[in-house]
Amino acid sequence: MSRIIKNNRIVEDIWQLLKLAEGETPESVALTGEDIIFPLPVWQARKDEILSRERPIGVWIDSHEGPEAIADDLGRFTVIAVNFPKFADGRGYSTARLLRERFGFQGELRAIGDVLQDQIYFMKRCGFDAYAVRPDKDIEAALAGLTDFSESYQTAVDQPQPLFRRRSA
Amino acid sequence: MYRYDTIDQQLVNERVAQYRGQIARNLAGTLSDDELRPLRLQNGLYIQRHGPMLRIAIPYGLLSSAQLRKLADVSRRYDRSVGHFTTRQNMQLNWPKFEETPEILGELATVEMHAIQTSGNCIRNITTDKFAGVAPDELTDPRPYCEILRQWSTFHPEFAFLPRKFKIAVNAAAEDRAVIRTHDVGLELVRNESGEIGVRVFAGGGMGRTPVIGKVVRDFLPRRHLLTYLDALIRVYNRYGRRDNLYKARIKILVNALGVEEFSRQVEAEWSFLKDGPATLTDEEFDRVAAHFAPPAYASLPADDPTFNAAIAANKTFAAWAKRSVHPHRVPGYAAVTLSLKAPGVAPGDITDIQMDVVADLADRFSFGELRVTHEQNVVLADVRQRDLPDIWATARAHGLATANIGLLTDMICCPGGDLCALANARSVPIALAVHEKFDDLDYLHDIGEISLNISGCMNSCGHHHVANIGILGVDKNNEEWYQITVGGQQGNDATIGKVIGPSFSAEEVPDVIESLVNVYVEQRSSSERFIDTYKRLGIEPFKERAYAGRDRRKPAITEEGAAHV
Repeated sequence: MSRIIKNNRIVEDIWQLLKLAEGETPESVALTGEDIIFPLPVWQARKDEILSRERPIGVWIDSHEGPEAIADDLGRFTVIAVNFPKFADGRGYSTARLLRERFGFQGELRAIGDVLQDQIYFMKRCGFDAYAVRPDKDIEAALAGLTDFSESYQTAVDQPQPLFRRRSA
Repeated sequence: MYRYDTIDQQLVNERVAQYRGQIARNLAGTLSDDELRPLRLQNGLYIQRHGPMLRIAIPYGLLSSAQLRKLADVSRRYDRSVGHFTTRQNMQLNWPKFEETPEILGELATVEMHAIQTSGNCIRNITTDKFAGVAPDELTDPRPYCEILRQWSTFHPEFAFLPRKFKIAVNAAAEDRAVIRTHDVGLELVRNESGEIGVRVFAGGGMGRTPVIGKVVRDFLPRRHLLTYLDALIRVYNRYGRRDNLYKARIKILVNALGVEEFSRQVEAEWSFLKDGPATLTDEEFDRVAAHFAPPAYASLPADDPTFNAAIAANKTFAAWAKRSVHPHRVPGYAAVTLSLKAPGVAPGDITDIQMDVVADLADRFSFGELRVTHEQNVVLADVRQRDLPDIWATARAHGLATANIGLLTDMICCPGGDLCALANARSVPIALAVHEKFDDLDYLHDIGEISLNISGCMNSCGHHHVANIGILGVDKNNEEWYQITVGGQQGNDATIGKVIGPSFSAEEVPDVIESLVNVYVEQRSSSERFIDTYKRLGIEPFKERAYAGRDRRKPAITEEGAAHV
């Protein structure tokens, strides 16, 4: 079982991330395992089958897949993971804020993919609360990245009030 | 000017600590060069031809004398006692040691300075009018807006990894001196029919390989909505801007692909969710920031100072300098003055440690301890008494800061070019120096009058050649340096992209070609015409014809790939 950062600590991860291998299709891939984070196309293709498993459901969306694709189903997901194919692909930050602020997702929001120490502070601000740090990196060191800064200017998920509204208070 | 409170200072200190850790991890091998690259770029550190280059942020070009002295000190201790001012009002150090860059940032933090977001695919330094707060043609002081935007953009969590860099400029004057229409977002402060001050928003401007003039996406945005609207606009860009091709990743490509109406519609749709949210600017915050830019304690003076007028009458050299370097001020008896960093034989925009100290002293003695770095790579003392101008001139002149060429042909904007920059296709500084040598006669320069000549060493267009009356672009063909020339560009309210006159020239030919172009103007101008006016009247043909007359050696126009992220 791998470890992730969740709610500011390192924990064992109970979820399995399903990725389509070469040649597999959303329609044909075997849904084996207990608690699975499904790729968006699998969720879309086999929604009824997934619901009938009667297990907690996770879904992951890629950087080019907007949150709109799952917005109507948010209540069904225990976990939503957002993939960062490269850490320099910043679309996932907007995705996360939209999921939290626009669509009101309350469950676990997990960053997956190229997740590194120097980005997770921004991820936290945008609404992520779980981070699957890239396996070759030191997850203990990455944890420190959450606290690089003690304050922030802008409105965001972790602190909706911008500094200027708190400064004058 | 804006002074940090404990939170502003703490954030900059924490940034230094974070960066120090990143460099240490890189040296220890746990943070790869590829992983470090975007991080160091967001702290202004490039790896260049000869080593690192550090770009230090000068928010909207405003510096205190203490900050400039610190830059002088840093350039002495960590570099080669020279700094280079850029077209985005920042300073570059060209010879720092990689391992010492955390120390440099630590030094800068002691004077409320940093290198945050001076590079990378994020919101860059906010720029504005060099005469902000003192210009007679100004509607309101743009600097509070700039500072509010600086804080909002600093470590913006959603926009740290945009498709490409994002530059914002603000103008509040009748004449646009901030080139807002060549920025990703240009903000023009305007007054609506009911007298309220707000913002006209331009988007999709930019230079680089595909120069585009920005378009209006919103004609009037009330001040309180500034941040929510920009959050919406940049979110649309972050989500839908291209990421598959570096050269098509700027917002201008998205705006053009969607069309400005559709882009604007998408921004409005996004904004409808953010409007009136917590990021809505409060009057209290605006006033808090604006108080930092309250006018200094001006003396009550006559509009025309007799000492100044007498000096002009008595001394031709002083008069020539004053004509070019002294600018009107909204307060009677005061002036803004430009110190030229375009002396012959010196790379445009370069300033030595000694000159920095001299300018800091001048600012303390004569201009309330503050100065500005200009988009044209000069320095402005914005609040001087007319009566002090002869003294300022004498000191500036003794230190090579009083070349009487502001706004003239040798006041060239020029990037560092191939001598230093790893991106460059060709050298630019030697071209600037050669042109300067050709036009070394000040009387002739004054006779030619207002003209802009800008030089970029590659398509990235850091030298802003696209918006120059005469633009020079370095191109590379088979490892040879060639120079493509454009005519008819201009900045300001009528911002225009120049047109290529034809095949490129060798370095040796460039000064003569410039002379040919100038000659067409001098021969054909009517009494009151500037170069650009004559060009507009005559069109490109006579210039083209003269430029190639008698030159049998033509090379095909070359378009070289630019590059980024070094």
